Amino acid sequence: MKAESFKKGLRDGIPIGLGYFAVSFAFGMMAVQGGLTIWQAGLISLTNLTSAGQFAGLEIIFAQGTYWEMALTQLVINLRYCLMSFSLSQKLRRDVPWAHRYLVAFGVTDEIFGVSASQPGKVHPFYNYGVMCLAIPGWTIGTVIGAFSGSVLPDFIMSALSVAIYGMFLAVIVPPAKKNRSVLAVVIAAMAVSCLFAWVPVLQQVSSGFVIIIITLLVAGIAAFIAPVEEA
Amino acid sequence: MRGNIYIYILVMAGVTYLIRMLPLVLSRREIKNVHVRSFLYYVPYACLAAMTFPAILSAPGSLLAGAVGFAAALVAAYFEKSLLTVAVVACCAVFIAERVIAFLP
Repeated sequence: MKAESFKKGLRDGIPIGLGYFAVSFAFGMMAVQGGLTIWQAGLISLTNLTSAGQFAGLEIIFAQGTYWEMALTQLVINLRYCLMSFSLSQKLRRDVPWAHRYLVAFGVTDEIFGVSASQPGKVHPFYNYGVMCLAIPGWTIGTVIGAFSGSVLPDFIMSALSVAIYGMFLAVIVPPAKKNRSVLAVVIAAMAVSCLFAWVPVLQQVSSGFVIIIITLLVAGIAAFIAPVEEA
Repeated sequence: MRGNIYIYILVMAGVTYLIRMLPLVLSRREIKNVHVRSFLYYVPYACLAAMTFPAILSAPGSLLAGAVGFAAALVAAYFEKSLLTVAVVACCAVFIAERVIAFLP
């Protein structure tokens, strides 16, 4: 049962590991551009295993934000993992030692949650371990190679690559926004408020981490109140 | 930055892990409240959108190149291309825009 689940996890982990490699490449580049070492960039990816949270975290490190700001930003941006963990908690087999849950928890990401949630019936922790065995190295090695490239590539290449991560964010938010009017409204509202913080003189003073917290709480909060989702 | 970079990383990793671990270890029930569930559903869209725009405009060397990259990514994402494809399209658009801008008076 263990070996079987683990193998299945490895198989489903291949596309995830490859995708992570590409995304984390951009993260590694950005990290060294801002002054981090290759080792520090790799350490962040190995210990965090999350995209949006790490990019927001980088901004706070570069801006020399406070530790509280860092903690709060991570809490808000990664709050969705809380929902996923709640859901995964129902899905995990109960006849395996509870201690496995501490390990499975480390690998709760959008994609890993996605594949484990789509498994029929209960999930064995070794399935998640299989996926994590490819996802974690993909994410970490991609970061290290990206960080290394960031210090050797010429400026015009770096300039073009600087939009990669935003392209990926758009690839995540645009397709659902196309199908769901509430999501579209959330996306447009969040971008509009974000412009206010970027361009209005007084609001410009607010540090980037808090801007993301404020916008996320405000826009997602209002949307949840006005347009609650039944199947969320 | 040098002195406390590892504390930043520790805070990031610690908070992120706790968010993932606590519900798995402690909860045996599902969240039923529809507003809480909806809020958590909207969170990634609000936060990714806020992080993307207008930051994408100032990421490359010029605002115009940033705008071209944004437009190209929007179109590719609209046609539901994969994460990697959308990213590559955005990068190529910025690259071409910057070459063209270099020739403008």
